Amino acid sequence: MSADHITLKNVHKKFESKEHNSTIALDDVTLTIKKGEFVSLLGPSGCGKSTLLNIIAGLEKETSGSLLVNNKEIKGPGNDRIVVFQESGLFPWMTVLENVMYGLLIKKVPKEEAKKQAMSWLQKVHLGKFAHSMPHELSGGMKQRVAIARALVMDPEILLMDEPFAALDEQTRMVLHKELEKLWHETGKTIIFVTHNIREAVVLSDRIVLMKTRPGGIKNIFPVQASRPRNSSDSILIHLENRILTELEQEMEKVLKEELGSDYALEKDRLRDDPHNNLGSDI
Amino acid sequence: MILIIIWEAISKFEVFPAFMWPPFIIPNDPGGVTVIKTLINGLISGQLLEATGSSIVRLLVGFVIAVIIGLVLGFLIYKYKIIDDTIGFFVTTLQAIPNIVWMPLAILWFGLGVGSVIFIVILGAALSITITSSTAFKSVNPLLIRVAKTMGSSGFHLFRTVIFKATVPQLIAGLRLAWALAWRAVLAGELLGGSGGLGTLLDLGRSIQAMDLIFSIMIIIGVIGSLIDNFIFVKLERYVFRKYGIQSNR
Repeated sequence: MSADHITLKNVHKKFESKEHNSTIALDDVTLTIKKGEFVSLLGPSGCGKSTLLNIIAGLEKETSGSLLVNNKEIKGPGNDRIVVFQESGLFPWMTVLENVMYGLLIKKVPKEEAKKQAMSWLQKVHLGKFAHSMPHELSGGMKQRVAIARALVMDPEILLMDEPFAALDEQTRMVLHKELEKLWHETGKTIIFVTHNIREAVVLSDRIVLMKTRPGGIKNIFPVQASRPRNSSDSILIHLENRILTELEQEMEKVLKEELGSDYALEKDRLRDDPHNNLGSDI
Repeated sequence: MILIIIWEAISKFEVFPAFMWPPFIIPNDPGGVTVIKTLINGLISGQLLEATGSSIVRLLVGFVIAVIIGLVLGFLIYKYKIIDDTIGFFVTTLQAIPNIVWMPLAILWFGLGVGSVIFIVILGAALSITITSSTAFKSVNPLLIRVAKTMGSSGFHLFRTVIFKATVPQLIAGLRLAWALAWRAVLAGELLGGSGGLGTLLDLGRSIQAMDLIFSIMIIIGVIGSLIDNFIFVKLERYVFRKYGIQSNR
C-alpha cells in the first residue's frame, strides 16, 4: 500500500456527435490510486464514471491529459487490467471452464496448465461443479462469479469492475460483496469499482470517489476508515452513507432540473437531513 | 394421399388430355404411362439417378465456393468501411437482380455447360451469404468484443475466436437461405444452359411432351430439397440453438 499504482492527470474526455454539440464526459480528472487499494467511483448516471473506467482499461482513449499505470503510459487494453462488466459477457458457445481459460490461452499458457488454473479459480468462486455447464444454464449471480473468476485467473494487477453487481438481486449482491472482499484481501489486487449504489461503495471501498455531472468530474473523495471485514450496520459506515447521500442529492437535483425543467426541485429534506445543518449528528 | 386421389380422378375423367395430365399410379390403359412408373424406371435405368447426381455435385461445388466467397466478402465489408461503401452497395444492387437473368451472360462467358451453371449458383448464393454475414458480424454484442479485448485478444484472433463464433446461429440461418437459392439456381441454369442434370432432363421432357417425366423430376427436386433442409439445416440449427442457449418459441 505504498507506491502510486495508477495516476490520472488532468484527464479530459469529449464525445463528438453530429446532431448535438459535443458533450464533455470528463473534465479535468486528477486522481492517484495506490497499489492494493479498493477505490469506488460513485455517482449518478451520466457522471462519466464508466467512461473513466474504460479509459483506465484502455477501451477508450482520453481526449487530453495523461494516464500512467506503474509510471508508464498505457496504450490500449492490456491483460494487466481486466474489466468485469455489468453483464457477465460470457461467451455463450463455450463451457464455463472454456470461458475462464480463454484469456490464459491468449497468454500462451499451456492448455493443461490453463485448465488447472481455471478449475482452481472456479472452485474459489464455488462453481467447480458447473465447470462443464454452458453459460445459459447458470443464474445471473453465478454468471457474474464466472466473470470474476475469468478476470482473476489472468492474475491482473488491476481489477476494473463496472457495476458488476447492479443487475443482481439484493441477497446475491450481499453474498458477492463478502466474497469479493475476501478475494481482494487474499490477492491484494488494486480494484476500481464503479457503482451507483452508495451502500455498496461504502461497504467495499478504502476510498470513495464521488463524481459530479455536466461536466463529469470528481466532486469529492471520502476515505472509509472502518475496520475490515466490514459490517454494513457499522455506525461509521451509516454516518458516511448519509454524508455521501447529502452531497449526491445536490447532483441529482442538477440532473433532474436539466431533464425535467428548471422549475423542478427535490422536496427539501425529503431523503435525509443534512448533517451540516444538524448540530447533533456529527457528535 | 387425398392429392393423389384427386390427381387420379382428374386423369381418369380426362379433364385434360392424357399427355398433359398423366395418371399417377394406375395406368389409364394397360401398360400405359404413369408418373410412378416413369420415376421408378428412370431410377432403375440410372437416367434419373445420374441426372440427380450431376445436379447435386454442381450444387455442392457452387455452394462451397459461394460460402467461401460470401464469408470473405462479408468479413471485408464488416472490417473496412471503404469496402462497405463501395462493394457493399454493389452487392445489394446485384442481389436485387434475379440470378437467372445472368444466364445469357454466363453462356456467352463460359459457354453452354457446367461452367455457366456453377457461375449462376455461386452468384445466387454468394451474394446472399455476403449480406447475411456482414450484417451478422456488425451486430455482434459489443460487450463480448470488449471482454475479449480486455483479455488481450485483437485483430484476427478476435475475429476468429469471438466475432465469428458469436455469429454462428445467424450464419447457419443465412446458409439455409442461401442453399435454397443455390438449388433453384442449379435447376434454372440447367434448364437454360443444357449440360445434363435434372434441369436439362426437364427441358427434354417438355420437348418430347413427356409429362410423366416432368412430374417425376419435379418430385425428385422437391424431395431432395426437403431432405437437405430437414436433415442438414434444421438439425444443425437445432444443435446450435441448444448449444448457444437460444430460446425457441416452439
